[in-house]
Amino acid sequence: MLHEVGLHARPSVRLTQLAKSFASRIEFGPSNEGPWTDVKSIVKVMKTKTPKDALLYFRAEGADAQAAVSALIALIERDFETEA
Amino acid sequence: MVLLKGTPVAPGLAVGPLVCLAGVVQVARARGSRGDERDALAAAIGAAREELAAIAARAGNADEEGIVAFQIELLEDAELAGPAYAAIDAGEAADTAWRAAMGLQIDDYQSSDSEYFRARAADLRDLCDRVLGRLSGDTAEAIPQGAIVAADDLAPSRFLATDWSNGGLVLHRAGATSHVAILARARGVPMLVGVDSAQLGGHSQALLDAQNGTLILDPDPDTRQAFDRRRTTYALQQVADARYLEKEARTGSGERVQVMINVARPDDVGTLDPAHVDGIGLVRTEFLFHDRDRLPDEEEQYRVYSRLLQWAAGKPVTIRTLDAGGDKPIPGLTRERESNPFLGVRGVRLSLRHPQVLSVQLRALARAAVDTNLKVMIPMVTLPEELERCRALLVRAVAELAAEGVPAALPKLGMMVEVPAAALAVEEFAAHFYSIGSNDLIQYLSAASRDEPELASVALPGTGFLRVVRSICEHGSREGREVSLCGDLASDPLQIRALLDCGLRTLSVAPAALAAVKAAIAKC
Repeated sequence: MLHEVGLHARPSVRLTQLAKSFASRIEFGPSNEGPWTDVKSIVKVMKTKTPKDALLYFRAEGADAQAAVSALIALIERDFETEA
Repeated sequence: MVLLKGTPVAPGLAVGPLVCLAGVVQVARARGSRGDERDALAAAIGAAREELAAIAARAGNADEEGIVAFQIELLEDAELAGPAYAAIDAGEAADTAWRAAMGLQIDDYQSSDSEYFRARAADLRDLCDRVLGRLSGDTAEAIPQGAIVAADDLAPSRFLATDWSNGGLVLHRAGATSHVAILARARGVPMLVGVDSAQLGGHSQALLDAQNGTLILDPDPDTRQAFDRRRTTYALQQVADARYLEKEARTGSGERVQVMINVARPDDVGTLDPAHVDGIGLVRTEFLFHDRDRLPDEEEQYRVYSRLLQWAAGKPVTIRTLDAGGDKPIPGLTRERESNPFLGVRGVRLSLRHPQVLSVQLRALARAAVDTNLKVMIPMVTLPEELERCRALLVRAVAELAAEGVPAALPKLGMMVEVPAAALAVEEFAAHFYSIGSNDLIQYLSAASRDEPELASVALPGTGFLRVVRSICEHGSREGREVSLCGDLASDPLQIRALLDCGLRTLSVAPAALAAVKAAIAKC
């Protein structure tokens, strides 16, 4: 999580909106054993209060799972800026 | 006439009728069948969503859009209202169920140890009230244009629904990072926080000064006239000054003056273009220690410092070591109940009593100094030994890092000149640079507290102060050491001529004052 203040309002909106554009079930968590959070729910995403520099694990299940995870990671890596 | 102090979070001056907003009046709703209550809540959420979409369509900038988008996203998340529907199924009325469900979430944000997450409680309160308003059929009273609005807190969507031309805002609870403060800065609405709204009853006219942080209620005619003159000048000045922002600062005769900025928190550089500044003349590091139960570790500090250096892109960045105490208490570090905190264990006096805290900061600074133009500044130095002890700790930090194989460099070490004893004997200090802290130096020279509004006319930069500044500048130019001034004085366009006359050629100012200071320099 590179964003200056962690996963707060604006980054969370971008994350959930992008997640909702995929059919797969997508979750993230603080370790590869969870606890897992539904990325499509902003209420749940904000509840994690993920700080800056936290390491996040993503997992997805569905037809476009691979594409979904790649897209979400790319969003975080470009610091939540919309694609040019 | 009543004068109240507050903290400016968005600059400007405004005058107008005082409008005090009450919180949402809570009227219990007559309860229908479970099906009716479910439908009522669903309809209210849908209507609130449409209201927000309409506000989003009118949003004037990215900040406004982002804040409304967050609220819409929350309303569209079935998770938000889930507990409310469950409570309805258990027999609650729609409004009670909604308020209870939102109350839990608001409390959750409110109890966060991060200021950013705590500030989001206001967004949820806003949503909660908007849906409650739809449930009861109420809409909030309209805020008249051109008013000075006072309230405990203000919902971001309510801010956006108001015409703020010539108006201003005074809040009790909101902070500088609240959404409403971000919106006020983006829209240019003067705003103060920390003013107790309970003190405001019974007054009709208000002068809001978000330059000096005062709210004057029912002013006498002279005060009112003086304020109006300042307002006119301020408005004309802003238009004229804007042309100087992008230019290098030069006096009328073409002499170059370095104009840097003061940074109190990393967001301060926000939208500012580094090309418009000559560097950062003061980074206050107290923000790293605020609102938390443990001190920031080396890694976290290193990243914050590196980010600022990266922003400055090779221009000098002067980072001041922790300047706690005085008016900047830090729980667990500064002393409680000192009889006179401004003359107490503060600044370097405190840091040298906690060398383990100072050393962590110096290690982070030494790491950030690799291949950058970082300078380290020590606050509240009174004796040469204090500076030398800091230097020894800094040298040791660099040596330790080298031994650990961690890249580090020895940054230039300078000092704040704010204690009269040091200011009058500046030649005794082997500092690479001197930065005059005018706020404290004036208060100590004039023996007048800077927090006492009644002494504002005593705590002025008079002949004595200017003479001291001149002698520091003379020493600096003899020895070839940089002298700058980083106090509030440098941000005041009316003081620029006097400061340049003393020989100062480097000023560090509040980011919002950049254009005005450059414009004032051009007129000298």
